[in-house]
Amino acid sequence: MMGFIGALPGAVSQGLIWGIMAIGVYITYKILDIADLTVDGSFCTGGAVFVVLFGAGTNLWAALLAALLAGMLAGLVTGFLHTACGIPAILAGILTQLGLWSVNLAIMGMKANVAINVIDQANLNRLLVSLRFVQGVAKGDYPATRHPILVVGLFTAAIIAVLYWFFGTELGASLRATGANPHMARAQGINTSVGKVLGLMLSNGLVALSGALLSQYQSFADSSMGKGAIVIGLAAVIIGEVLFSRIFRNFALKLLAVSIGAIIYYAVIQAVVSLSGIDTNYLKLISAAIVAIFLAVPYWKDRYFTQRTQRGGRPNA
Amino acid sequence: MLKINQIDKTFNAGTVNEKAALRGLSLHIKEGEFVTVIGGNGAGKSTLLNAVAGVWAVDRGTITIGSVDVTHLAEHKRAKYIGRVFQDPMMGTAATMQIDENLALAMRRGKPRTLRVGIGKAEREEYREMLKILDLGLEDRLTSKVGLLSGGQRQALTLLMATLQKPKLLLLDEHTAALDPKTAAKVLDATERIVGRDHLTTLMITHNMKDAITHGDRLIMMFNGRIVVDVAGEEKKRLTVPQLLELFEKASGSDEADDTLLLS
Repeated sequence: MMGFIGALPGAVSQGLIWGIMAIGVYITYKILDIADLTVDGSFCTGGAVFVVLFGAGTNLWAALLAALLAGMLAGLVTGFLHTACGIPAILAGILTQLGLWSVNLAIMGMKANVAINVIDQANLNRLLVSLRFVQGVAKGDYPATRHPILVVGLFTAAIIAVLYWFFGTELGASLRATGANPHMARAQGINTSVGKVLGLMLSNGLVALSGALLSQYQSFADSSMGKGAIVIGLAAVIIGEVLFSRIFRNFALKLLAVSIGAIIYYAVIQAVVSLSGIDTNYLKLISAAIVAIFLAVPYWKDRYFTQRTQRGGRPNA
Repeated sequence: MLKINQIDKTFNAGTVNEKAALRGLSLHIKEGEFVTVIGGNGAGKSTLLNAVAGVWAVDRGTITIGSVDVTHLAEHKRAKYIGRVFQDPMMGTAATMQIDENLALAMRRGKPRTLRVGIGKAEREEYREMLKILDLGLEDRLTSKVGLLSGGQRQALTLLMATLQKPKLLLLDEHTAALDPKTAAKVLDATERIVGRDHLTTLMITHNMKDAITHGDRLIMMFNGRIVVDVAGEEKKRLTVPQLLELFEKASGSDEADDTLLLS
């Protein structure tokens, strides 16, 4: 039990970081109505670009921006394959993801992982977030303002604010229309191909940014760090929706719900690990099962609930 | 206004499902003309409208709207000139967006979508006024999600959206077919009012022969991807349903009109 509570600040920090990725997934899955599997590759792309640039002495913000742009480029490739080559969105995402595996290794100089030197105190202090700051703040070595929960929390708030503004603009509204009803969008003069490509770029940019933050946090990038990212993203989106859809109607709050969903997901995983002592290699199986069940429940509810009312009819129907 | 010259469209060419939907069809419509289109199932009515709207490219022929040759223009680019209402009430609006948001999207048809705010405050008041012409009480529900509206309300809203930016051409694809008779009459009424007010050049498909006769100032009947009857002016005004059936039999050399037209 103590182990779980002790790990909680770390789990929340990490949940917040994955929450940014989940917000990216929300853009494609919920707004554009596309299940984009590029995410599993672009998450690592963000991490790899950041670690390599940061290691070479690049300014932190420049390295973060580069990670964001690299992710957008990955989204552009998927968007191109989907809209210009007519490849179904899921397959287009899988193709990009597969290709990115090699690209990510190439970025990292053909190594499976690259570390950030955090033994060097000056280098560590250049970072925005790090696992070490969680412990550092607890011990009093660092001011509370450097706590990853606060820093990533502010980051998330800024991203939500920008997205809230963007989806309220003419361009943002045309993206929402593209996802909601492509026939209507085209009839109203909206180029739905451009809308999809833009959405995919925006989404993967955020995913890569999240990857860059995670690689900072854990002080390394790993070629397999994005594996199953889409599932974690979907889990966060679904948990957020199940828990908050009745009270959060505003778009900004819906994005916040996604972020909270990611935190809950990580806290639950952490609880499972520290309370049951399960082999962490089973985590992916558990995640997949949880997401499958959550995705199935609305379908089951719809199917069995309506059949029953058709046969018998409710007394007050 | 609209000039369609010798257009052909064949679906699934070279397969067993090959279907020649339009065969060398030509049609010229004058500015401000309201044309009703009737015909049996598979006559090519919807195909004609989709060809004009640019849902896909035609195999041959040209389509001109005003002075613009739109034959090779993409669907979203042609939208600048065309307002559309579909048969399926779900198709013309975005269900997950609000009424005012849908109208704002339509207001920007044919204009670049920038990073300016999606709906201005003054704009919203304007929409409230415009919704009154529909007589459905939607002016008090501006921020409701369109998904909460009935099929008739959605269809009426789509009609308003199609005409918000006065289109050079209004395409109505059996837009009252999926509605109950009372709602259908209401939507048709709103159509008359808006088309009359703005003198819109209109092409309206209907499955109802009586509607085809009472509305509009020209009537065309399609059969097998061609126009087989084309009446206008006084002649159209005096037309009756039995006469129309007779015309159809003569033109198509078939008496299947009775089933395909009367039953549908």
